Amino acid sequence: MSPLPSQPLLSVKNLKKHYATKFSLFGRATRVVKAVDGISFDILKGETLSLVGESGCGKSTVGKTIIGLLQPTSGEIELGGARIDNLSPDAFRAQRKRIQIVFQDPFSSLDPRMRVRDILAEPIHNFGLARNAADLKSRVDDLLDVVRLPKDAASRFPHEFSGGQRQRIGIARALAAEPDLIVCDEAVSALDVSVKAQVVNLLQDLKDRFGLALLFISHDLAIVDHITDRVAVMYLGKIVEVAPRGPLFENPLHPYTQALLSAVPTPTPGRKTSRTVLRGDLPSPANPPPGCNFHTRCPLAFDRCSRETPVLRSTGPDQMAACHLID
Amino acid sequence: MTPPALLGLAVADPLPDIMQHTPPRRGLMGLARRNVPASIGAVLLIVLTGIALFAPWLGTVDPLAISPTLRARVPSAEHWFGTDMLGRDIYSRVLYGARVSLFVGFAVAVLATAIGAAIGMTAGYVRWADSPIMRLMDAIMSIPSILLAIALVALTRPSVGNVILAIAVAEIPRVARLLRGVVLSLRELAYVEAAVSTGSSSAKVIWRHIVPNTIAPVIVQATYICASAMIVEATLSFIGAGTPASIPSWGNIMADGRALWQVKPHIVLIPAVFLSVTVLAVNMVGDGLRDALDPRMAKTV
Repeated sequence: MSPLPSQPLLSVKNLKKHYATKFSLFGRATRVVKAVDGISFDILKGETLSLVGESGCGKSTVGKTIIGLLQPTSGEIELGGARIDNLSPDAFRAQRKRIQIVFQDPFSSLDPRMRVRDILAEPIHNFGLARNAADLKSRVDDLLDVVRLPKDAASRFPHEFSGGQRQRIGIARALAAEPDLIVCDEAVSALDVSVKAQVVNLLQDLKDRFGLALLFISHDLAIVDHITDRVAVMYLGKIVEVAPRGPLFENPLHPYTQALLSAVPTPTPGRKTSRTVLRGDLPSPANPPPGCNFHTRCPLAFDRCSRETPVLRSTGPDQMAACHLID
Repeated sequence: MTPPALLGLAVADPLPDIMQHTPPRRGLMGLARRNVPASIGAVLLIVLTGIALFAPWLGTVDPLAISPTLRARVPSAEHWFGTDMLGRDIYSRVLYGARVSLFVGFAVAVLATAIGAAIGMTAGYVRWADSPIMRLMDAIMSIPSILLAIALVALTRPSVGNVILAIAVAEIPRVARLLRGVVLSLRELAYVEAAVSTGSSSAKVIWRHIVPNTIAPVIVQATYICASAMIVEATLSFIGAGTPASIPSWGNIMADGRALWQVKPHIVLIPAVFLSVTVLAVNMVGDGLRDALDPRMAKTV
């Protein structure tokens, strides 16, 4: 792999997204759900960063905030060194081209009344990428070819395709804008295992071919292990551990990461694994526990965990974790 | 066909068609076959529209001409539907009355749908406008539509135009509420978010992704409004708050026949049957459209 440039493509700093769910008589928020509560990470050009965590931990909110579908409550998002979170809607639209998204549900993410050709033409048209009608047509054909769909797919409607094929159309739409970064929001979670593998391999190929960076949001560590360069583990709106794939899978530092990894099924039947079973549910982000968010479910919690909030600390090359145990 | 033996080839006879393949019919005829009640409704509606348009050439006389010597006659060869209390020919009045009913029905459907759809879409798409608009709509809806229409007509001069406006005002909130709900659910769909993230402006998102997906419920709602407007118009005319008495409408004819209801029921029954059949036809078309426009059921979108 070629040496990565030092300037990150995307830099997220102390991003927060809070939702007010109850208001006082005078319109002041009295109950706030902290969906994302101060997370920071960088994505380098051509890199895949996976954001993992159980459902409800805020990982999709991060994705939607980065592509501008949600406004952050506070924090900064920098793309290629320039802030994009405080731009006007018009100025932001020009930056949209550089970050695209692939959605989880291949059925609701394509307009049922549009032909595939028109679905793919929309970003090309919006970003002024085609010089004329012939150019547009050849671009659409190329995109279908790139995601390995037949050419005649262009004139068909989304309901004529299977889930995996639809997800390829979704990927082609994201590629149509010629982005630098694609956010894959649980992009393969809704697919069958065999189709899932095909789509993951496709994403991997496209990433290498176009030098794309991916923010791969997933709860499935087996897939993440296959595709990622680095992993960020989220718990209740916060990142609890960031590490390159190798160290994270071999030597997870945070007890939550350890528990997640122990839940990944192994392909060898009958092999004994030490399974850490977490008790209880994810606490409500409207009412997070004091101290470390994880102490209510942590098998290794001690008295300090319920008093003091741990911060992300560097623990090795590129590896960071937020836990009192690693002090 | 040339028998295969003559060609010197041992070719098996083609298998007889056990199950004849009939390609699904496309176009208008295919649609009609798949949806029989809707076609019946459509045919009825076309016939009634024809009756309304060609009323002067269908053996009618002046529907306003009174003839005191021929009052309250039963149907005969001379007067097919009989005559009313003033000796006016009911056949002519009913045929001319179809004009009022159909015109009011269609005009209210178009007017209320267009305005209501615009209001509902604004409420659904513009967050801050939602609450004030919908509270106003709730306020209008809290008044029974007949009462509201009576009040509005009473404030103005009775005329067909005012009747249309009055009924439309009462129907607008229903369309607005439907459209707001549809837009609220559409705007959360991933494909609308995808359109936003692929750089489409709000106007483009509304025009290309939201409007086309609201057309089906809007058209279906429009047919129900059309049917309901015809009934409201007849009701208003019946109680004397609708179409002016100088214009024959089904409601007016029934109002005229009310006094003789027990001895000459046909004066009330004939326009009532016409009204019922028209409303039924419109509703049948509406149900058929609802089935046909549902994208999940449509085979050839």
